[in-house]
Amino acid sequence: MMLQANNIHKTFNAGTINEKVALNGATLELNEGEFVTVIGGNGAGKSTFLNAIAGVWPVDGGSIVIDGEDVTGLNEYKRAKYLGRVFQDPMNGTAADMEIIENLALAARRGQKRGLGWGITKQEKEQYHELLKELDLGLEDRMTTKVGLLSGGQRQALTLLMATLQKPKVLLLDEHTAALDPKTAATVLEATDRIVTEHNLTTMMVTHNMRDAIAHGNRLIMMNEGKVILNIAGEEKKNLTIEDLLHKFEEVSGTEFTNDKAILSK
Amino acid sequence: MDISALFAALPGDVAQGIIWGIMALGVFFTFRILDFADLTVDGSFATGGAVAAMLITNGYAVPVALIAATCCGTLAGIVTGLLHTKLGIPGILASILTQISLYSINLNIMQGMANVAINGNKYKLIVSLRYIPQAILVSSLFALAIVAAAYWYFGTEQGSAIRATGSNPNMSKAQGININAMTVLTLGISNGIVALAGALVAQYQGFADINMGRGAIVIGLAAVIIGEVLGHAIFGKRMNFAVKMICVVLGGVVYYIVIGIVLWLRMPTNDLKLFTAIIVAIFLAVPYLKGKANNSFRKAARRGGAR
Repeated sequence: MMLQANNIHKTFNAGTINEKVALNGATLELNEGEFVTVIGGNGAGKSTFLNAIAGVWPVDGGSIVIDGEDVTGLNEYKRAKYLGRVFQDPMNGTAADMEIIENLALAARRGQKRGLGWGITKQEKEQYHELLKELDLGLEDRMTTKVGLLSGGQRQALTLLMATLQKPKVLLLDEHTAALDPKTAATVLEATDRIVTEHNLTTMMVTHNMRDAIAHGNRLIMMNEGKVILNIAGEEKKNLTIEDLLHKFEEVSGTEFTNDKAILSK
Repeated sequence: MDISALFAALPGDVAQGIIWGIMALGVFFTFRILDFADLTVDGSFATGGAVAAMLITNGYAVPVALIAATCCGTLAGIVTGLLHTKLGIPGILASILTQISLYSINLNIMQGMANVAINGNKYKLIVSLRYIPQAILVSSLFALAIVAAAYWYFGTEQGSAIRATGSNPNMSKAQGININAMTVLTLGISNGIVALAGALVAQYQGFADINMGRGAIVIGLAAVIIGEVLGHAIFGKRMNFAVKMICVVLGGVVYYIVIGIVLWLRMPTNDLKLFTAIIVAIFLAVPYLKGKANNSFRKAARRGGAR
């Protein structure tokens, strides 16, 4: 078992008028190499679930176990050793004032002690050149360009590469194509599929696009009110349609699906 | 007005500018690399001067005094860092608290005296306004050594982690960087350098004074900004990190030459700080206003408005 998130609870602004129960017993187990897409209405707790696993804040209840190690008590930077992350906002995943190779070199040392050795070695430069070439965005010829000068799509592709440079035990993708135009989004998703398959990565991908959720990965979960309410895998996932999903959602939750974006993008 | 008086004062301005340029390097590391406006420096600069003056007048060798001053400055920076990261006090406020407390601490270091003279005849000082060529040489060597060390350090894994922390703290955490530790570390390094500069200034002017650090942050910022403008004008896109740091030191020199000219023009010395603040405000505002000028509603209306 690569990831076990057991009965996670999280309430924001507890005891105030803005109290919001964001996670209410969310549970998920992932085997090595499983690629799960996560869908759900607005405020269902999808991103919050990913943040709980990443350790952005401590959870109120439940436990998170990554590859047999209980990480519930570890803070964000300590837990980073096990996790690759790509965020919705392309600005979030990279250091804009630093060069492309410097960003990659930072990511290559995720979870390692950062001492007084050189920040980038010569072999690394060659390795990064090859990896950037595979992205097919022309970044291999701009390795010393400051990341701030790249487009959103280029930055997301780079962040994806950074997240997987040091093989993560779990890859967390938080609507990582939502801020991109459809064509760029498709390119980044394609790169995601390739990298995840190549390294057999255990992956969670939040998306608001039902078509993407069905087309990618080998498992699908749906969240509602801070819980995982639907879990589809194997053959059933392969034959899934958007109508099936909407129908299932109504069946399980007793309400209509409330994410306009998701419905409109079918 | 006698132009020869201006030229006569020039070497002294240069020497002083280089020493303050060293101080500006410390400011550069926090303000530009870590993105932290650290006002501790007004206190730690005087701490450096006070520690050095007390040790030298008590018979310690100058190198010992310089090392001790640097260590005390580092401690001050660490205190600001801990106030900010461990106690959650906003950065600027944390640094002001340290700065204020250093006023008392510095008075205690100087055993209650507001200033302590270091007589150049009695002690073997390494920089002094009596021997300006030597002062220029020694302070340049210090500046170059710090630039070289910083160039190496910020290229290492740890230095890269500091730069990442300043550029994008959230990304840094996701990459496993302890951003709190990096913040404390950088503040320590920065204030160590500032205190070293304070120790050099105390020797140069022949005394340490409780108020010698007042407004140091503004002078440091002035040097950083003048240096950046200068570097950009001369080197443009070819400016690398080492050149940038050298430009910061030169920014200090330009600042002191400008001050020299202002004094030569018989501007009242009382107005110097006002003058400095105005210069810094202008230089900080220029990039912002430039951006606004290229991207203003008024222009948009002129471009696309119905005529």
